[in-house]
Amino acid sequence: MTNLTQLTLSDAVDGLKAKQFSSKEITQAFLTEIDKSNPHLNAYVVVTADKALKMAEASDANLKAGKGGRLEGAPLGIKDLFCTAGVRTTACSNILGEFTPTYESTVTQNLWDQGAVMLGKLNMDEFAMGSANETSRFGPPASPWRRQGSNVKLTAGGSSGGSATAVSADLCLAATASDTGGSIRQPAAFTGTVGIKPTYGRASRYGMVAFASSLDQAGPLAKNVKDAALMLEIMCSADPKDSTSLHLPVPEWTKSVGQSVKGMRIGIPKEYRVDGMPEEIEKLWQQGIAWLKAEGATIVDVSLPHTKYALPAYYIVAPAEASSNLARYDGIRYGARQSGDGSLTSTYETTRAKGFGAEVQRRLMIGTYVLSAGYYDAYYLRAQKVRTKILEDFEKAFEVCDALLTPATPSAAFGYGEKGADPVEMYLNDIFTVTANLAGLPAIAVPAGVDHQGLPLGLQVIGKALDEEACFKVAGAIERAANFTARPARWW
Amino acid sequence: MSVDKNTVRKVARLARIAVPEERLEPLAGELNSILAWIEQLNEVNVDGVEAMTTPVAMKLPMREDVVSDGDIRDQVLANAPKSEDGFFVVPKVVE
Repeated sequence: MTNLTQLTLSDAVDGLKAKQFSSKEITQAFLTEIDKSNPHLNAYVVVTADKALKMAEASDANLKAGKGGRLEGAPLGIKDLFCTAGVRTTACSNILGEFTPTYESTVTQNLWDQGAVMLGKLNMDEFAMGSANETSRFGPPASPWRRQGSNVKLTAGGSSGGSATAVSADLCLAATASDTGGSIRQPAAFTGTVGIKPTYGRASRYGMVAFASSLDQAGPLAKNVKDAALMLEIMCSADPKDSTSLHLPVPEWTKSVGQSVKGMRIGIPKEYRVDGMPEEIEKLWQQGIAWLKAEGATIVDVSLPHTKYALPAYYIVAPAEASSNLARYDGIRYGARQSGDGSLTSTYETTRAKGFGAEVQRRLMIGTYVLSAGYYDAYYLRAQKVRTKILEDFEKAFEVCDALLTPATPSAAFGYGEKGADPVEMYLNDIFTVTANLAGLPAIAVPAGVDHQGLPLGLQVIGKALDEEACFKVAGAIERAANFTARPARWW
Repeated sequence: MSVDKNTVRKVARLARIAVPEERLEPLAGELNSILAWIEQLNEVNVDGVEAMTTPVAMKLPMREDVVSDGDIRDQVLANAPKSEDGFFVVPKVVE
């Protein structure tokens, strides 16, 4: 039998149902692999071995009885952003100390309800603020990918770097992730995996540690498009516990994956051709266009004139909402308290100074500043209006096309420390992904090729609001045409 | 608009983050470079434009105004850094 950890989620689910192997066997295979690999890759920040084996036993009993959910017995990794009852959840921040939720996030509950098995909690940027997963209190994960002939440690992207590392290194069948400005799609592109952010409101935010509430969405990282569709179908639900959750039925996206793109109109936004973009990215984009043309799609040139304002708008909206959301971390009700000089104000100020890392503090300062008296209209309100302009650009483009094709990232994965000290340079990583968050649209990243150093590169498909189906159809067609089979050479 | 050391001190106070005196100047520099980059938004004409709320128009759901949760005091206190007799213990605030 093939190595169980290398199976896709869909194949593993089928294998479990056909009793080719038990949940205990595949779970144990993952735990053994995590034991060996995690000291090198740092993907997991908590491994829940006992819980995993107990869940696997329960799944095996269900499978034996001919029962079981759609993910019965399938081992998954969970981003440390999702509250998991009885399992430490810190969003990889010191300020949460040893916080152990007494409740479960809706997204993870949906997965357990379908029989999935939890392997542990995955590394991420502190409060999901970062593009390289280097702001984690537990240190960064190492991508299994390396440049040919080099041993430079590369990022798996951020903020869902642990999820991308775990999926691409076969340390879980699939993982949960979250995306506020590109945190699912950029790591997917960097690691040759598939990641989708659904339309805002499809996935409940209940029990997800909040970063920027009007932008945050959960989604999966998976080994292929079909697995991503399966995960997303189960993660999404209408949830009375989240008032922004959409009260709409969840479509059967797994059925869209194999469908033809014949007759679809694919828009190519000219503003996504940015200065200094490597020629390889442009080539990959052209290749994607050629594949879709060959499959019978029509290519349409479109314009999204406000694209260049997306990142600056994001860096007002996201820090502003974060400064409000993170006000709850006061060291009083949960998390790590620092007493300072013993007074209440000093307790707050010392707790937050010691508990938050440098990048989080920087964003909280920006957010507090732009929301402070007299500046609200000039910054936050203006940024929210620019968001409307960005959404209008998309709506206009979607009058003449059904989905948009763009590169997922402006470069392949970079090494730790290769970016300069200027925070804006790091922010520019999200240039192609952040627009979909601001407009609330679904967007998927799918591997499409490798660069000259053998590193994965991804393409992005952006759909109309509620049209994840188009994302899955187009991504599926790209996946079939690209036949991406590159694997990281094992060094760990 | 650019921020100086005193503004940073004020913002840090508002954000309830203790920032040591020697960090104020470097932070002002970092914040200014981000704010200068954000200034680009002033180029966009937003006259008569509504602020974005959601991509999918939806009425906020309503529910009966009844208690749907509760009686979980021990769960609420389970992660408290300090608690006693069913209460959070906080620093003294009244002299």
